Order: sequence, then structure tokens, then C-alpha cells
Amino acid sequence: MSVHPAIETLALTKVYGSGHTEVIAMRDATLRIEPGQCAALIGPSGAGKSTFLTAVGLINPPTAGQIRIAGRLVMDGARALTDPRRFRRQHIGYVTQKANLIGFLTARENVELAMRLNDVPASLARRRALELLDYLGVRERGDGYPPELSGGEQQRVAIARALANRPGVVLADEPTAALDGRRGRQVMELFAKVAHEQGAGIIVVTHDQRALDVFDVIYEMEDGVIRRGTPMTAEAGPATMAAPGSGLR
Amino acid sequence: MNLAHRDIRHNFGRFALTTLGIGTLLMIVMGMGGIYRGLIFEATMLVDKVGADLWIVQRATRGPFAEISRVPRTMVDRVAAVPGVAQARGFVYHTIQRERDGKPLRIAVLGLDWPVDKGAWLPLVAGRALAQNHYEMIADRSLRLQLGERLRLGKNTFTVVGLTQGMTDTSGNGFAFFTVQDAQAIQFDRPGEAIRLERAAREQHTGTVDIGRTQPAMLDRAGGPAAGIPVLPPSEISAVIARVAPGGDQSAILSTLSGWADVTVYPRQAENDLLLLGVVEKARRQLGLFRVLLTIVSGIIMALILYTLTLDKLHDIALLKLIGAPNRAILGLILQQALAMGALGYGIAYLLGLRLFPLFPRRVVLTNDDLVQLAVVVGGISVLASLLGIWKALRVQPNVALMG
Repeated sequence: MSVHPAIETLALTKVYGSGHTEVIAMRDATLRIEPGQCAALIGPSGAGKSTFLTAVGLINPPTAGQIRIAGRLVMDGARALTDPRRFRRQHIGYVTQKANLIGFLTARENVELAMRLNDVPASLARRRALELLDYLGVRERGDGYPPELSGGEQQRVAIARALANRPGVVLADEPTAALDGRRGRQVMELFAKVAHEQGAGIIVVTHDQRALDVFDVIYEMEDGVIRRGTPMTAEAGPATMAAPGSGLR
Repeated sequence: MNLAHRDIRHNFGRFALTTLGIGTLLMIVMGMGGIYRGLIFEATMLVDKVGADLWIVQRATRGPFAEISRVPRTMVDRVAAVPGVAQARGFVYHTIQRERDGKPLRIAVLGLDWPVDKGAWLPLVAGRALAQNHYEMIADRSLRLQLGERLRLGKNTFTVVGLTQGMTDTSGNGFAFFTVQDAQAIQFDRPGEAIRLERAAREQHTGTVDIGRTQPAMLDRAGGPAAGIPVLPPSEISAVIARVAPGGDQSAILSTLSGWADVTVYPRQAENDLLLLGVVEKARRQLGLFRVLLTIVSGIIMALILYTLTLDKLHDIALLKLIGAPNRAILGLILQQALAMGALGYGIAYLLGLRLFPLFPRRVVLTNDDLVQLAVVVGGISVLASLLGIWKALRVQPNVALMG
């Protein structure tokens, strides 16, 4: 396992507009996710969770601050220090709110594509895609097109795609929003399993309070500021707030 | 993984219909070019097939195809007597229109100089050449006459003894070949009443002059057939065609004939040029303009279709960017689809054309050069047409995929 944190952000700030139209979507957001750690990022709508996630995913650059992935400085302020798309393809798995599969590819091809873009040989990509679909319990749906799959199946395929290249970082933006409680919990448990078994650092943005007990660490975001919370257990109820940097484990 | 192929496979019905539409459009572009080539072929075919080295026509005319030309029948003998001329033949050409089964039947009448020319040079597909001086004809299949069919033209009835294929004039009218005498009889046929009136007028006029009053026999002759009056010339022919003897000096013959005050002489190439530059030129330019416009319209339609297909895929393209697909993968998706659409559309155009062009009323000639040229143009417009879609695809941001 790497000695570096899987994800490390330092004082990330994102400002939209300027002057009297200026909106600060994220303010000095700092966190650290170790390899094999599965973190939840919770908070009300408009708190800046998605802004944070897209910044870490090198999709939407911050205005200020730094992002390190596996110890490598990849974003310094708004300046990308690497090709964001290539870096994402090689090191980051991204799961979105809706399953977001490519409509003209089958479930298996959606997973295969992520690997083929990284020049993984076709036969190897196919075998690993089937393994991942099997791991996520949707192998028998591999030849189905996205509209033929249920919401839960689509989300599992999207997760399989995010894991295809064995990324060091997995980012999931409300991956259970379209699922019922039982399936939502299954997905959350899956993320925790992936983090623990594959050593990936995972951040899951979620509104779903019922499955917070599966996470190793919880961060709460409000008005663009990230604070560290306490781990959730089934008995403990909603996460309690703690001062940033306070120990959890 | 070939994304273009996967997208086509998944949306095959839409792709197939779109490609069929483009193919049909390209078939029209191909057909326009083919019609133009057909015009040139038809214009020069007869001149080439007749194989004459020189065309002798009425002085200061560009006959016999571009305008009316009349030379006396005796011109054949005068030309034949020029040193170096191997053979001279009379040539009669005119167009008539009759009705057959209630439909107009336009016939390009061509006279063969019997017995020198019986039509042996014609590309017969059925029957035989002319075997007698009168009442036989060879017809092109485009006239829809059958072998052995009898057709009344003027005062005579002609039997179809031979059939040709693809012998049409510059207007697309099928040729019918007669002897020169019969062709002239058809050309100068007049109703009996008109002949009677002319004879009466001639007789009356002769009666008013001294020679008529003093010589009753002359008055009788004036009221008879024109052929019985020596001072009236026989019917004229359209042109004389001549073949230069092997080893003969064509320029010397040209020089001799050019000195004659009553004719103009054109070598074969000049006669071809008269047809191409005079008769066909405007049609050529018109078809050329149509072709260019249709090609532009095809390009615009392809661009709009590809742009629309790209718009439909914007979310997928944003998603591709989100998972890190490089631009070349996205360019490939659009460009390969455009090229596939162009290539398949071209193939459909060609196959449809092979089936449909023979049904066209005018000849459509597809030459290899034109086909290659159109293929290159289609490739070009496929690439150009995809630029708008590529531009749109490159502008889309990966976070569009996050918007649901």
C-alpha cells in the first residue's frame, strides 16, 4: 500500500463570478483520505459537495488550493499540473448520481471501454470486465443495454466501470440517489468493500443518512466548508460534528 | 473498441434510413454526371459510328445536326471524283414526330446511301441490314418497334427488318435508318391536295407566259408530276460524307473542297466539336451547375444529419470525457460515422443507379473517372460535414454528464 494519502486537498476554494455576483462555493476545503479508506461527504444541498468532488476529479478546477493524488501534486490553484483527462482515465474512478452509462454500449462494453481507453488488450479487458460484473453481481446482465437494466443494476455497472482500471481514487456523487433504501445500502457496502479489499481511497457524497455506518470516516460540508464528523453506527443516529482534524479512528 | 461501429450497431435503423437518404441523393448527383456523359456520347456516337473522315455540308452552315443543310444529290459524285477520296455517300438526317398508340413517337430519320451503304456498320442486336431500296427500315429499340412490325410513314409502309440498341440523337430520339430515297420521301411527303394545288398553280402560271401559250405540250407537262419537269431539281440531301483512301492526303482533299463555293467541309473532329460546343454545351453547363448544387446540398444535409446525431450523443460524449477518453476517441466516433455514412451512401447510390439509370428516358453513362471523382468528393464532404459535429463535441464539458 502507498505511503502517501490517496487524496489530499489543501485549502481548496472555488469562487464563481466576481464583485457583487461573487459566490464562494467552496472555502479552504482540506481533507485527507488514506488508501483503503472509505469516506462519506454529507451536507445539505448547495453546500458545495459536488463542487469539491468535481475539483478532486479534475473536472472543475478550484480557484485556489492544492490537490494531491497518491502524493502527486496534480492541481495548484486553477492550474492543472497534468493532463486532467489522462490522469482521470488512469487514476480516478468516477461514479455519478445517475448511473451514466454510455447508451450505445452494453453493460460489459461500458466496463471494457474504460480499460480499452488505457490500452488494455481487448481480451484482458473483456475478462476483467466480466470479473468485475461478477464481483458486483450483474454478470448475467452483461449483454444488456443500459435502458434494459434496472437502476440498481446500472449503478453496479457504473461502479464496475469506475473500478476497471484499479484506480487509487474513487469518487462517487450521490450514487444511491436513484435507488431504494435496501439497494442503496448494498451499494454503500460495496464501496466500503472495494476500499478495504482493493486499497482505493473513496469519497462518497451522499444524502442517505441510513447507510453512514459503513463508512470509515465522515466529512460534513456546509456553506463550502468541510468539517470532519464521527463515524455513524446504526445505534448512534446521525453523525455528530467534530472539529476539523479531530481523530476518528 | 470501435465506438462508431458500436453506435451504428445500436442505432442501426436510424443509421440505415439516413444512409439510404444520402445514398438516394448521391444517386441523383451520380445520375446528373451520367446524363452529361450520356449527352456527349449520344452527340458524338453517330459521327463516330458512321466513320466518315469528311462532312461536306451546305456553304456557311454547321449542318447537318446543328442546323439544316441542303446539298444537291449530285454532290456525291462531285466529291467521289476528288483525288484521294475512297468513297462518298449521301447523308439525310431529319426528325419527325408521329403518334403511336395515342403517344407521340419522335424518330430521328437517317438515310443510308443504298446500295453503297446498307447499314452493315450499324450495331444490330436483331434482324438484318437493309436488303432492298425501298420499304425497309432499321429501328432503334428505344422506339419500341418490334422486328417485322410495319409502320406507315407518309404514303409508304415500312417493315422493321433490323433493330439497334442505344442509337439515339442528341435529343435522345431513337434513330430509324432508311435508304436515302425513302428518307427523302418521308421528309418531303405532302398531302395529295397540296400536290394537286401546286400542279394547278404551275399549270395556270405556265398558261400566262408565252412558252405555255405557244407550246401546249409544255402546258400539259406543267400540270403533271414534278419529276417529269427537267428544269426542276430533284430533292436535296442533308450532306455528303466522304472517306479518305488509305494513304490519301486529307489536307489536300480539304483544300480542294474548301475551294468550292457551294459547300463547307468539316473533318470528323470538327463535326464532333460542332455537336459538343453547339448542341450540347448549354445542356452540359446546366447539368454541371445542377451537379455542383446537388453536391453542395448533399454536403449540407450530411453536415446537418451528423450534427444532429452528435447532438443526440452529447451526453455520451461528455461521459466519455468524464471517464477520460482522449479527443481522438471522440473524433473517431464522429468522423468514422461520417465516412461510413458517405461510403455506404455512395455504395447505395451506385447500386441503385445500376438498377434505375437504364429506366431513364435519356442515356446515363457512368465512367470510371467520374465514379472515382465522385468518391473523392463524397469522402471530402463526409469529412467537412463532420466538422460541425466535431466542433460541438470538442466544446462539450465533462460535467455535462453530471447534470443527469
